Amino acid sequence: MSGRIYSKPVAFILMSVLVIAVGTLVTMVIPMLTPQMHPRLEALRVYSPLEMAGKDVYQREGCNNCHTQTVRPLRTEVMRYGEYSKAGEFAFDRPHLWGSKRTGPDLARVGLKYPDMWHYMHFEDPQSIEPQSNMPSYAFLTGNPLDQTSVEGRMKAQGLAYSEAEIAELEGKTEMDALVAYMLYLGHAVPPVVESAEAGEVTMEELGDHEALEHAGEETFEHQCSACHGKTGEGVIGPSLRDKVWLGVEGDIDDKVIFAIITNGTQPGLEYAGRPAKGGMPPFGNALTQKQIWELIAYIRMIQK
Amino acid sequence: MDDYRYDNQTVNGFILSAIFWGVIGIVAGLWISVQMWLPSWNVAPYFTFGRLRVFHTNVLAVGLGIGAIFGITYYIVMRLTRVPLFLPKLARFHLYLFNVAMVLVALSLLAGMNQSVEYAELEWPLDVGVVILWVIFAIVVFGTIIKRKEDQMYISLWYVIASIVAVAILYIVNNLAVPADLFKSYQVFAGVNSANVAWWYGHNVVGFLLTTPILAMFYYFLPKSTGIPIYSHRLSIISFWSVVFAYLWTGAHHLVYTPVPDWIQTLAIIFTIFLIAPSWGSVVNGYYTVGSDWSAMRTNYLTKFFLWGITFYGLQTIQGPSQGLRTVSQLIHYTDWVPGHVHMGTMGWVTMTVCASIYYVVPKIYKTEIYSIKVANTHFWLVLIGQLMFSITMWITGIQQGAMWKAVNPDGTLKYTFMETLVPNYPYWQMRTVSGLIFTVGMLFFIYNVLMTMHQGKQRMAGAGV
Ligand code: HEM
Ligand code: HEM
Repeated sequence: MSGRIYSKPVAFILMSVLVIAVGTLVTMVIPMLTPQMHPRLEALRVYSPLEMAGKDVYQREGCNNCHTQTVRPLRTEVMRYGEYSKAGEFAFDRPHLWGSKRTGPDLARVGLKYPDMWHYMHFEDPQSIEPQSNMPSYAFLTGNPLDQTSVEGRMKAQGLAYSEAEIAELEGKTEMDALVAYMLYLGHAVPPVVESAEAGEVTMEELGDHEALEHAGEETFEHQCSACHGKTGEGVIGPSLRDKVWLGVEGDIDDKVIFAIITNGTQPGLEYAGRPAKGGMPPFGNALTQKQIWELIAYIRMIQK
Repeated sequence: MDDYRYDNQTVNGFILSAIFWGVIGIVAGLWISVQMWLPSWNVAPYFTFGRLRVFHTNVLAVGLGIGAIFGITYYIVMRLTRVPLFLPKLARFHLYLFNVAMVLVALSLLAGMNQSVEYAELEWPLDVGVVILWVIFAIVVFGTIIKRKEDQMYISLWYVIASIVAVAILYIVNNLAVPADLFKSYQVFAGVNSANVAWWYGHNVVGFLLTTPILAMFYYFLPKSTGIPIYSHRLSIISFWSVVFAYLWTGAHHLVYTPVPDWIQTLAIIFTIFLIAPSWGSVVNGYYTVGSDWSAMRTNYLTKFFLWGITFYGLQTIQGPSQGLRTVSQLIHYTDWVPGHVHMGTMGWVTMTVCASIYYVVPKIYKTEIYSIKVANTHFWLVLIGQLMFSITMWITGIQQGAMWKAVNPDGTLKYTFMETLVPNYPYWQMRTVSGLIFTVGMLFFIYNVLMTMHQGKQRMAGAGV
């Protein structure tokens, strides 16, 4: 840089603007003018007013300080959270809510994971579901009714399409309802990847000592299943496991089918022993070993007696 | 000397404001650090972690950081141009407006008014306020530089000019939003594009607030306090222009493995690696300056602050670029490693350098000496230990958590549930609270020292019948 510029402030200011502009143009402005920065998946639904109001609550409470909303294309991450995030899934997020810290788990696909009841219980008192969680309680949201005019104004400001009926439906709804609706929205645009529902190489017989299996199963059950199915399988959010009603239909099913349900979850579209799944239960195939799943089945069979 | 014409009162006011907001922000830091291992410390709705964390970052970056930058920049600019501030009344108004804005910043964030863009959380009416503050700053600084009596602009002024220009561009573009009402707006950018804009902003606002204005202080006060001129002018020139040029390309290193196009990520990573060279230009310049007389490290307490400060800057600028690499990012991204990195920069580099600059400036304004070098040394060691403990515990637990997220059993299933990867953080988060307390005690020594210096100066002036 020539020596003169250091005694010419105006030239120096202009020079700084120029030097700053180069990287800005190449990495930010030019991409913005191309379609690759404005993708939208066909399956991506516009937020309903209730879901949008939930997103506002999410932003106001700063949930994005602890939760991310992008699944990276890394093997273990896809196993933990589901299919990796696609560029076209965020077209209605102003701004994006990807976050930069995962004090809590990623939420990009949480909508496919739990039923609404689970979220109500969880927001009310997170420690009732995960005793060691450090998430604050958001019970106070139940006391905050939504304001229809304000929600409508916010839909308009974002240019989102909505119907009068959807606004009318907000009557009597609270911020808690909105936040739960937003949770259920997350991840809907990409269909879940379903693994083969095979029972795999290990079988219950090979594992030996039945009593030890039941005992180990009980422990896993307490950590992974009891929040939804009750402490001893009596049913809370999810159905009772003590009866012989499976997926809402009376009549017992084979151990191998139970194995498949635990592995793949109950996302709509799946079918087990001729019974269509209706959603609500996440897949555990990536979180539990085959042995652990057989242990759980041994435990479930025990409590059914 | 025409010292009496310098507007020291405005400088002094900004220094006191920065200290005040610094205390508030640090208390919030301690509070959220406890919430991370003791959720009963969340007090809904105003003091839950989600709101308080944003309060912590904003109050410290804006209140302590920008407050100190405004005041100390005014001090430096007057000395380097050898003229009083251009429009001193406007500068004084700047001080008042800054504090009014800070009160609104603090209250609005606790109330949950939040755009959810990292480091740009303030809602639109306050964005307008920030822009006004920045424009006033630009008018006063540029005006003073233009009517200067010293022909050549010294290195510090280059950094000041670049910072003012860059932050103005970054802040205005990133905060473009459509208001829905007085308290809520939506960014004009959506989805992937919004992420790319937000981190073009996010990385560079750290660069042009927590790096370049602090380098301006470093280049001014290091030679002043040691009496040794900067080692190489040429090296300063090269590192200045390459830092300012390269920074803007690197934002997407915060978006590694996200849906942002790969080519933007890769380009960002390449420039990120390149950034090591010019950053170390300043580090080497600092070392070689003191290198001509190392006894200054012992005999002059300020040298110690500045050299340790620039050392942490050096470590940051090696650690930061490594974090940008895909192989490193996949392990440490989203973990506590990153707050470890952040606090080495903010506590080690920024706060260390700002405190040392204040130690230099306050006795000059009050025409006295520092109240106690011993207290300054105690302050130094406490903040050093607190900061190192903070960063090291976070690096350990961050790597541990990253590794646990990726661990698989021999049969290919995940080894740990999310909760099993969260709970091992607790002892480290508790240690972080202890580190924060040590750092805070150090800062209390600093504040005591500054206030006593002011007191001593006032008494002497009164004694001299001035
Ligand atoms: C007593 C001292 C401090 C304590 C205990 C403290 C604590 C914390 C905690 C617990 C977090 C949240 C980390 C997380 O979400 O995992 C945080 C974030 C942050 N703090 Fe501090 N802090 C302190 C001092 C400072 C100072 C002096 C500054 C700046 C001048 C600062 C700037 C930041 C920033 C920028 C973040 C956001 C980091 C990120 O997004 O990754 N902190 N701090
Ligand atoms: C050459 C210099 C630097 C480079 C290339 C760099 C790079 C990075 C990278 C790649 C991250 C993201 C890590 C992740 O989320 O995985 C990061 C985070 C961060 N760095 Fe640096 N860093 C540098 C210097 C500094 C300095 C000097 C400071 C502060 C004084 C600083 C403050 C921060 C902050 C506040 C964040 C957290 C952003 C967030 O909220 O995610 N960095 N840095």
